[in-house]
Amino acid sequence: MRELFPAKQVVGFIASLVLTVIALLVYFIDMSFQLGMIILLLTAFTQAGLQLVVFMHAGESPDSDSIYVNTYYGIFIALAIVFGSLLAMVWGY
Amino acid sequence: MEFFKQFAVPNPTPTIYLSMVAIGLTLIAVLAGITYFKKWGYLWREWLTTVDHKRIGIMYLISALLMLFRGGVDALMMRAQTSRPGNELLSAAEYNEIFTTHGVVMIFFMAMAFITALMNFAVPLQIGARDVAYPRLNALSFWLYFMGAMLFNISFVIGGSPSSGWTSYFPLAGNQLSEHVGTNYYMIALQIAGLGTLITGINFIVTIFKMRAKGMTLMKMPLFTWSALITNLLIVFAFPVLTVALAMGTMDRLFGTHFFTIDNGGMAMLWANFFWVWGHPEVYILVLPAFGIYSEVISTFSKRNLYGYTSMVVAIVVISTLAFLVWVHHFFTMGQGAFVNSIFSITTMAIAIPTGIKIFNWLFTMWKGKIQFTVPMLYSIGFIPIFTIGGVTGVMLGIASADYQYHNTMFLVAHFHLVIIPGVVFAMIAGMTYWWPKMFGFMLNERIGRWAFWNIAIGTCLAFFPMFIAGLDGQARRMYTYSEVAGFGVWNLLSFFGGLGLAMGFILIVYNVYYSARYASRDIGDDPWDARTLEWATRTPVPEYNFAVEPEVNTREPFWDSKYEGEKLFKEKITDIHMPNNSGQPFIMSSFFFVLGFGLVFSLWLLVYIAAAGIAVLLFYRSFEKDDGRHIHEEDVRETEREMGGDTR
Repeated sequence: MRELFPAKQVVGFIASLVLTVIALLVYFIDMSFQLGMIILLLTAFTQAGLQLVVFMHAGESPDSDSIYVNTYYGIFIALAIVFGSLLAMVWGY
Repeated sequence: MEFFKQFAVPNPTPTIYLSMVAIGLTLIAVLAGITYFKKWGYLWREWLTTVDHKRIGIMYLISALLMLFRGGVDALMMRAQTSRPGNELLSAAEYNEIFTTHGVVMIFFMAMAFITALMNFAVPLQIGARDVAYPRLNALSFWLYFMGAMLFNISFVIGGSPSSGWTSYFPLAGNQLSEHVGTNYYMIALQIAGLGTLITGINFIVTIFKMRAKGMTLMKMPLFTWSALITNLLIVFAFPVLTVALAMGTMDRLFGTHFFTIDNGGMAMLWANFFWVWGHPEVYILVLPAFGIYSEVISTFSKRNLYGYTSMVVAIVVISTLAFLVWVHHFFTMGQGAFVNSIFSITTMAIAIPTGIKIFNWLFTMWKGKIQFTVPMLYSIGFIPIFTIGGVTGVMLGIASADYQYHNTMFLVAHFHLVIIPGVVFAMIAGMTYWWPKMFGFMLNERIGRWAFWNIAIGTCLAFFPMFIAGLDGQARRMYTYSEVAGFGVWNLLSFFGGLGLAMGFILIVYNVYYSARYASRDIGDDPWDARTLEWATRTPVPEYNFAVEPEVNTREPFWDSKYEGEKLFKEKITDIHMPNNSGQPFIMSSFFFVLGFGLVFSLWLLVYIAAAGIAVLLFYRSFEKDDGRHIHEEDVRETEREMGGDTR
């Protein structure tokens, strides 16, 4: 029975629903702008990671290594660009 | 009549009218020629609709060479204008348009096309594949690039060329300071060509990850393929930034948004920031394939395996990461604090380390090798000292405090030309000469090739070394003239002579193509250079299926080992080969993009809607189209192989 039941997918599905609900709460509950943005950012990125790993099968193909390396590289570059730009144009200006 | 006024160029001169006539006549002559020789069908079947990576590579090559000459003529006009003080050959406005066009054409339409040409031709052959992963997307890439380039090139006769520099900094590039449509051309043509480049990036990453020959692990790939892989990763991660920046710039110019304006909360310097977030990785997108070519050429003509393969790969990967961490060094003087400048100064200097590793590895490869001074090898050897001078002055520019002296002077111009010319142009000519026999079935003449090399090498030094001195003496870049008392005259005159030397070299290359096409022997075998990697293991010229039998490899230099160590490359029997069908859709869709771009440049909305609808229809059609490709039958493969080599295995 354990082999037949897709536990990972079901848990993933519920988790993605929960994340959506949490993100929606930002709209319905009165909170500060900063807190709202933090919640949205966190839930969005967790959601994206969840979709990639559970439903897009990132880890299940023979080249999962290159998929993950590329993903980490992409995340690194995105962070470098965002924070580098902030540093150059706002914080360090 | 009012309608046609918008297409007039803003500052017409007799030369522009003459060019219009010349362009018109050339166009009529080409169309009439094709019709007269009844070549329309041939052109459509064999070239416009092809999805074959080799032919697409050759089309990229031809476009790149055409653009090289377009940009080269611009360069000569600039050098002629500044060759003596107070010269009045060009007006200030023309000079602005010419240096802008020179930069854009050389980077986007010459260098990018040239590296894509050689990657297209060589990478699938080097990894033992029959085509790229997405052949039709590959055709789309080419035609998008081509249409983007054409759209940009018509700007100087219709509506006026952009004139705010190839960097197109806002607010200068905004509507207030650049009123005519030139900058629209810049934004939209680059957007279309950039789309093609992005598609190429994805295509080649998938090709290299998924389509390597049996037994070729990542660490057994030839170095050119390694550099192509990393280059395409850089493309995929860097080009979206340009896409976004161009889209924001377009919206500022066409729809009155305020991303990069001075007023209403816009941030003009953000354009410079985005431009260089893309622009610095772009430098490595151009130079890494060049490093790959040098690795192949130096190892082939030293008759040795490459020294330090692993460290070469590590160096490329490190360069690709550092490439994203240095962009602020392009605007040290913009006003950010010493803390920010220090950070980017240090990351900039760090790049010199992996680059140095590569230089030493090439030198050690030649050490105790049996060096043959062929034309590709001459370019590779010439590259090392000139590139090192360019690189070392780059480290000087990277020192933020000192950069306040060098910034925006001819010193900078000298630096980046002495990096880009040996780093990209030398490599591309070396690669072109090296792979020429595989592309066309004959070799380029060595004697004329050597003359061309010496002209280009000496011309480069003569054209750009004086700029270091002129720059340190205070000559700013992009100045269309200067007074005699400034004392820049002699340096600029020398530089002009260097430019003539370069022009002579490129004319010799064209003559060489003509001469060799006419007189060179066609009986050169499959491996004229005694080379080491898989692309030489197939026939010359390469049949459309590349390899009759897919090769299997065990070593880093499979072809060399099959020649001298008794390794067996082709173990299976010949079977039916599955190939993709040709398609006219990429060409048609890109033509719609051209119309769309033209409509956007002049805000002709009806044209925009029609072209956008055309693109949407084609995308929709493609989504539901069923195309399973075709098979080349075993007997036909055997027949071709028998004609070409005699061995049918």
